[in-house]
Amino acid sequence: MTAHTADPAAAEGFWLIRQYNRLTLRQRRTLMGYVFIAPFILGFVLWWLGPAAVAGYLTFHKWNFLAAPKFVGMANFSKMLGDPILAQSLKVTIVFSVISVPLGLVFAFFLANLINAKFRFIAIFRTIYFLPSIVPAVANAILWAWLFNTEFGLINFVIRAFGGPKIGWLQDPNWVMLAFVILTVWGVGGSMIIFLAGLQGIPQIFYEAAEIDGAGRWQRLLYVTLPMMSPIIFFNLVIGFINSFQVFVSALLITNGGPQRATLFLVLHIWRTAFSSQKMGYAAVLSWLLFLILMVLSFFVFRYIGSRVYYENPGD
Amino acid sequence: MGFRQKPAEFIESRRRPTSYGDILFHWLTVFLLVLFAVVMVTPFIWLLSSSLKTQINIFQYPPQLIPDPIVPENYIYALTYKPFGTYFRNTLIVAGLNVLAVVFTSSFCAYGFARLRFRGRDFWFGIVMATLFLPYAVLLVPSFIVFSRLGWVDTFLPLVVPPFFGGGAFNIFLMRQFFRTIPEEIADAARIDGCSEFGVYWRIMLPLSKPALITIGIFTFLFAWNDLIGPITYLRSPDNFTIAVGLASFRSQTDIHWDLQLAASTAVTLPVIILFFLAQRYFIQGVVMTGLKG
Repeated sequence: MTAHTADPAAAEGFWLIRQYNRLTLRQRRTLMGYVFIAPFILGFVLWWLGPAAVAGYLTFHKWNFLAAPKFVGMANFSKMLGDPILAQSLKVTIVFSVISVPLGLVFAFFLANLINAKFRFIAIFRTIYFLPSIVPAVANAILWAWLFNTEFGLINFVIRAFGGPKIGWLQDPNWVMLAFVILTVWGVGGSMIIFLAGLQGIPQIFYEAAEIDGAGRWQRLLYVTLPMMSPIIFFNLVIGFINSFQVFVSALLITNGGPQRATLFLVLHIWRTAFSSQKMGYAAVLSWLLFLILMVLSFFVFRYIGSRVYYENPGD
Repeated sequence: MGFRQKPAEFIESRRRPTSYGDILFHWLTVFLLVLFAVVMVTPFIWLLSSSLKTQINIFQYPPQLIPDPIVPENYIYALTYKPFGTYFRNTLIVAGLNVLAVVFTSSFCAYGFARLRFRGRDFWFGIVMATLFLPYAVLLVPSFIVFSRLGWVDTFLPLVVPPFFGGGAFNIFLMRQFFRTIPEEIADAARIDGCSEFGVYWRIMLPLSKPALITIGIFTFLFAWNDLIGPITYLRSPDNFTIAVGLASFRSQTDIHWDLQLAASTAVTLPVIILFFLAQRYFIQGVVMTGLKG
């Protein structure tokens, strides 16, 4: 490194290079590592920690966007405890989650087994089963609102053709939850494909061995397929739970939270509290609540279900 | 792993002769396959059929399967009733910038996590995984406050700037998994030849990761195309609407014009389905990569 240069900018550059050269190999690696992950760290601070801190501050304030935030102490929290609408939206979200997640999981697993069969035209079936999951959410909502239409919808047409009653799918609070479960289950293509990949990854030799030991079709499913698939079942379960807590587009566009708040999912409730009622402080409290619910839920899922998962290559 | 069948394994040919049970099982499978295919496809047919009906025919009971008359004009009415051209352009801008951001920054960060050893790496990767399990909805209100303070409401900035910072935990995770499958010896050879870490990333890893990059690019594009909650929260003036917001507001303004709503919905769905058929391999790969190799 030539030290006698007249240009101060170049000298500055040389200074940096000299500092860098002085580092040990390990320090250089660390520096390099942080340079590479810097965008993530910056983004985490700016778009996660920053907003979280702002939300933490607002939980103790009342703010409608226009006036300055007003300190209200614990008022937002006490409001949360005695809020019947929040209780309703929590009930809706949890009931939906508890019904739709296991059902979707079983259905996706079942379909994956069907399309894992070896037929000439199986590729067509795989495509058909997968397509519903890629329909854009807004278009999907409009399509299902029309399918569930009481007078002219296809679903009631089929039911009536078999002599059934005319069901007020989207008007009757007792039926609307089932309607949402049906449209969710229709779109399980994503988890189905994940299951399919898992099924194809199970070595054929395990089935051979089981068969030689006299295992029937049912036993092979129970003692080979299910244990081998358990990490993937677990993955789909976690993803399913997280998604079930995020229902927004269909609730907004199909029923707008109704009838009688029967589809007032938590995210829709938060969104309305913030952007329709302009109660930013309370919305911040609800966001923290959603965060806590998901944390607790993940904890229990990982603790009690995750521990039962069989991994073929632990620590990989 | 595509939709195509794997070559038959030789074990298949050595199986014991098929019993009646096997034959029954075979036909039961075929029956169920066809049954569920009908269930899955019917909504699409119904969508297409309804979108081609007249306003009078659509409110007819029992419904016609094949509309008479067929009204393709619905599509023209629907797509000109609102400036869908503008929405389309806006969506392409948002989606394009998102793809650019995600492809480059998530692979950049992922390289650090996958290939460099340094103190604190596992801690930060733990944070990546933690944000992976926290949905967008949690941050919706808090980020809105931040972005409104920055004066970014009713611009594309809240939708396109954050992805430039790491491109999302999910994509980092995916790229990291992919990078780990590339032999380290290739990078070492480049290093011996005097290549810097940036060079290894740019000249070795990126070109070798094209399938993974295309996959996350497609998924990012789809997400931007489909996303409603982000745009509906931040975009206020109709000139800035994306397709999803445009379609949602179209629905709220044309309450009983099901024919037009369904035509617009079909038109919005069609590009996604075309994209799927063009890039099927990457779709499947993307879905599969998310699920495996925990």
